[in-house]
Amino acid sequence: MVDLTAVDKIIEGYHGDKTAILAILQDIQAVYNYLPREAMMRVVEKLQVSTTQVSSLATFFHAFSLKPRGKNIVTVCMGTACHVRGAPRVLDEIERQMGVKNQETTPDGLFTVETVNCVGACALGPLVMVNGNYHGNIATSEVTEVLDQYRKPAGQA
Amino acid sequence: MEKATTPQALLQIIEKHEKARDPNAVRISVCGGTGCKASGAGPLIEAFRKEIADRKLDVEVISTGCHGFCERGPLVVLHPSGVFYQKVKIKDIPEILDKTLAKGELIARLQYRDENRTVYVKEKEVPFYKDQERIVFAMNGHIDPTRLDHYLSMQGYRALATVLGKHQPGEIVEMVIKSGLRGRGGGGFPTGLKWKFTREAEGDKKYLICNADEGDPGAFMDRSVLEGNPHLVLEGMIIGAFAVGASEGYVYVRNEYPMAIEHLQLAITQARELGVLGQNILGTGFSFDVKINRGGGAFVCGEETALIASIEGRRGMPRTRPPFPAKKGLWGKPTDINNVETWANVPYIINRGVDWFTSIGTGDVSKSPFGGSKGTKIFSLVGKVNNTGLVEVPMGIPLRKIVFDIGGGIKNSKKGRTFKAVQTGGPSGGCIPDAYLDHPVDFDELSKLGSMMGSGGMIVMDDHTCMVEVARYFVDFLKEESCGKCTPCREGLRRMSEILNRMVRGQGKTEDLAVLEDLGAVMKDASLCQLGSTAANPVLSTLKYFRSEYEHHIATGLCDGRQCIDLIRYHITDACTGCTICAKKCPTQAITGENKQLHKLEQSKCVRCGVCYDACNFNAISILSGTEIREKLGE
Repeated sequence: MVDLTAVDKIIEGYHGDKTAILAILQDIQAVYNYLPREAMMRVVEKLQVSTTQVSSLATFFHAFSLKPRGKNIVTVCMGTACHVRGAPRVLDEIERQMGVKNQETTPDGLFTVETVNCVGACALGPLVMVNGNYHGNIATSEVTEVLDQYRKPAGQA
Repeated sequence: MEKATTPQALLQIIEKHEKARDPNAVRISVCGGTGCKASGAGPLIEAFRKEIADRKLDVEVISTGCHGFCERGPLVVLHPSGVFYQKVKIKDIPEILDKTLAKGELIARLQYRDENRTVYVKEKEVPFYKDQERIVFAMNGHIDPTRLDHYLSMQGYRALATVLGKHQPGEIVEMVIKSGLRGRGGGGFPTGLKWKFTREAEGDKKYLICNADEGDPGAFMDRSVLEGNPHLVLEGMIIGAFAVGASEGYVYVRNEYPMAIEHLQLAITQARELGVLGQNILGTGFSFDVKINRGGGAFVCGEETALIASIEGRRGMPRTRPPFPAKKGLWGKPTDINNVETWANVPYIINRGVDWFTSIGTGDVSKSPFGGSKGTKIFSLVGKVNNTGLVEVPMGIPLRKIVFDIGGGIKNSKKGRTFKAVQTGGPSGGCIPDAYLDHPVDFDELSKLGSMMGSGGMIVMDDHTCMVEVARYFVDFLKEESCGKCTPCREGLRRMSEILNRMVRGQGKTEDLAVLEDLGAVMKDASLCQLGSTAANPVLSTLKYFRSEYEHHIATGLCDGRQCIDLIRYHITDACTGCTICAKKCPTQAITGENKQLHKLEQSKCVRCGVCYDACNFNAISILSGTEIREKLGE
């Protein structure tokens, strides 16, 4: 069962504004790392809007995930500047090392691999973001090094 | 900050801050833009401040907005001398203070040098900056975006004081029409006309929106303007609100830009304290306030009707126009929408005048604002070019000057890389080949070439870029971003994507090219919004200028750019010295060989990741494609 106290607090912050659903969902995702079904239903209930309206927003915008995500979010920028400088090869390498595809989470729950259209740090492409930290000008051969920074040493589960 | 209650009082506050700014004061500007922060500028600024405090020096360390030259970050400029250091690390700080600041000695390793090893001392001498004309970016690099007093000390809010003190709304609209300012977000529609339509539209309430949903991948100027000088955008919006009669404003900004949101939020609070935002601004009876809306990461929300839908709390899907937002926009009320960079130009037009603005750029706008392109435009110069970053240049500058003078030419040109194309206008723009490099860059000229200005992305591509793959990339991007409301865009992009994905795998058919052109024509004519009607541009422009690459993919499986992994093989040539570096780096152990012996690559194990090619220092790895594969490998 998901603890919904944070959801209630977020909704209260918007004083019942029905047009603020997008912002509310963004705040919820920031807390839970994804949009739990229970949290969305709470928004429906509190704001007195239809389930369709909330789910239509949650499924339209790329920023939302309906599945739980890993502890570390690895976001590969696939913007044009990164693309021409080899972002697809970097993504391939990350997928190969993780053993999962884009939008999937490793079985140990440590990493989720995602892509983004552009993070606006185009001069530093190809660029990978881990938990919001930028790793620019990354070469395929440097992927291991970057990911290792986020892997806890063995024995420290 | 004291509150200004009249335009006159605001002017006095501004003058006080202008006087307090000593141009000869010793300052250290460290770029705190996103690019430099990614390279470690945050801790660097802290360390500078600590070291200065420890030494009890009378030196101000300013964390500024983006300087533009992101690739060389973190950037440091010492004022008043203007000495420019790049790629500065924390351990360099004591030396900078001991040598450069105390004695004026330069530290060679921190200075910028170009490909020919020429060293440049000052920021403004560096070729990347020399040919730029910085208006919107003029304050970036000089002010701390979180400090209202810095903005005021450089004429900040002076334009607003003038407007509210001396002018009628109609005069401001006229002035902006006469200036020839056109929308920087992509459309290029005259800003003043949009204002006029909104002003003349009937409605008890009017809205104003700043479009900061910078969705074009490869463009980040709006991010840098908002992060580096949020008050400039706000000042433009307040002037615009006064001109069109709007009482509420929204800034719709991408959620991927956390620093822009933070700085803007702070600026809004400061502006309210100063009395230039909120109820009864400067005691004139004019009221206007601004809210921030965070976008949800949908490209189509850059389209104005989709953006409005999103602010209203609905899915960001466009609707047919007319009615245009100026008549029926947010909540059905007259709404003016302009882009970040457009708003940022407004205060300068008021301060320096229409004649000054029209002296920059192309054409003649004295009769119609469509007559030319005036002012400057910020481009994000990225891709396979030596100097990447944000460049602000006068409209009409030739492409060649941007790519080769400011950009310093093609990256790795000494390894044989050459210019192939420059892609402008975002995903719905086009690729321009070298034959048109001397073409001037403005709204109308880029359209003539089958591309567009867009929001100002400029992605340089070299001979190792496959144009079919580029088209596939953009089509796949737009296919994902199409909202699906209208059939030509939704289905057209799907069919195009199927064809192009087949083609990059070497399964293209001769008749595909005609189908692509056919689909493109229908999408152009029949799509509901700009996303769909321009979505075929990347395909049509590459078909126009690089048709042979498509034909090679189909006929012999030759990928000219040697990029499509199904059509290439890596091959170790006799130039191999047996240094073993490629064998060590290969992630799949496909390369074997003894030290100082010619290495061998086993094709069945190779995943074509290119690590060996990047690692080789002897140019001993070649990329085969087309008939070469059979000739050299016997496949």
